[in-house]
Amino acid sequence: MKVWQCVVCGFIYNEVDGLPSEGIAPGTAWADIPDNWACPDCGVAKADFEMVEI
Amino acid sequence: MKPIIVLGSGLAAYTLVRELRKLNRDTPVTLVTRDSGDYYSKPALSNAFAQGKEPAGLVLTSAQTMAEQQGFTLLANTEVHAIHRGARQLETTAGMLGYDKLVLAIGADPIRIPLQGDAADAVLSVNDLSDYAIFRKALGDAKSVAIMGGGLIGCEFANDLALAGFKVAVIDPGPYPLAGLLPEQAGRQLLEPLSNIGVTWHFKTAVQRVDTSDRGYKLSLTDQSTEYVDIVLSAVGLRPRIQLAKDAGLAVNRGISVNEQLQSNDAAIFALGDCAEIGERTLPYVLPIMHAARALAKVLNGEEARVVFPHMPVVVKTPAHPIAVLPVARDAAGSWQVLAEGQGIRMGFFNAQNEMNGFALTGEYAKERSEMTSRCVSKH
Repeated sequence: MKVWQCVVCGFIYNEVDGLPSEGIAPGTAWADIPDNWACPDCGVAKADFEMVEI
Repeated sequence: MKPIIVLGSGLAAYTLVRELRKLNRDTPVTLVTRDSGDYYSKPALSNAFAQGKEPAGLVLTSAQTMAEQQGFTLLANTEVHAIHRGARQLETTAGMLGYDKLVLAIGADPIRIPLQGDAADAVLSVNDLSDYAIFRKALGDAKSVAIMGGGLIGCEFANDLALAGFKVAVIDPGPYPLAGLLPEQAGRQLLEPLSNIGVTWHFKTAVQRVDTSDRGYKLSLTDQSTEYVDIVLSAVGLRPRIQLAKDAGLAVNRGISVNEQLQSNDAAIFALGDCAEIGERTLPYVLPIMHAARALAKVLNGEEARVVFPHMPVVVKTPAHPIAVLPVARDAAGSWQVLAEGQGIRMGFFNAQNEMNGFALTGEYAKERSEMTSRCVSKH
């Protein structure tokens, strides 16, 4: 499981936790998130996230 | 080979460098900035308090690390005095710098409304990380804050500070919150949720005087009322920084005038972000910067490109009552309609053909942003 961070606002997506408030179940891999998904904090595209080591 | 010089180190400058390096690792790039150049998220300034973040903790990447990762020469704490277009040189506190191409990503200044009173100069504004550090320090002994301006930044700060336990007064000459972005029925949704966490609203009035008193700053409003607060924050809008460009004879209007290639009337000079005006539109907020930076990176890499803006919803970070809006131009033809009302409101802006061109989502509906965006028909 990996962790991804929005390069704009620092929002963290952790695959382990998912984002239940956005309808993304815990354990959802980054690759399985739709391409039109946007950062819940600042609205930028999925492409503006980078994988981070935590 | 002379470098591409990028002036600025905000979201626009760093997004451009990042996008350019995805296309091209070889072209020399120099980044000139008057501050430290540390990369932080400006949108995070207005919700950092409730998240328990200190100013230093908002730095996502140090300038040095950015320079190493992205491969550019960093000139931090460097002021630019003039652009010498004929010689393609920048006159700076670090000497003369030659450029092949120049990108102005120098942002905007907070608008300051002239105030009377012996403490008019004590009014703070937060436009960058160092402003924010000063603001946070001032908050240290404070219990109450007055915010001038009930727009996006004013409302975000109001929510953030109220959650942190401050007594917050929002003062705005308009009739309701976020009046520049939202139709009235949607804007009014914010009133009660923020009142419930300790925000008092003062509409259709403005601060006239700020004076010191033994109860903190005394604000005298145009409606003859008075407020006593420990801190005054001004959040009434931004004005693009155009002076440097203007002095160099570049075309400016409200912002630095650029075309769809982000190019000014000098073919070697480009502008991006809050300082730029594209086709008579200034485009604040994050998403336009991301799209414009991507297009400009291609242009600088010698590719055919022009910026095309898709629908770009704006998220207002007011967790007490979340808001997402796809604003419509003030003179857009059509009307707002209420589509659903529950713990918040869902509104759409429809043209004569009954096509949706914009929306306002508040409270429980804010999470429908992506779906509503895909339902919108382009205005162009």
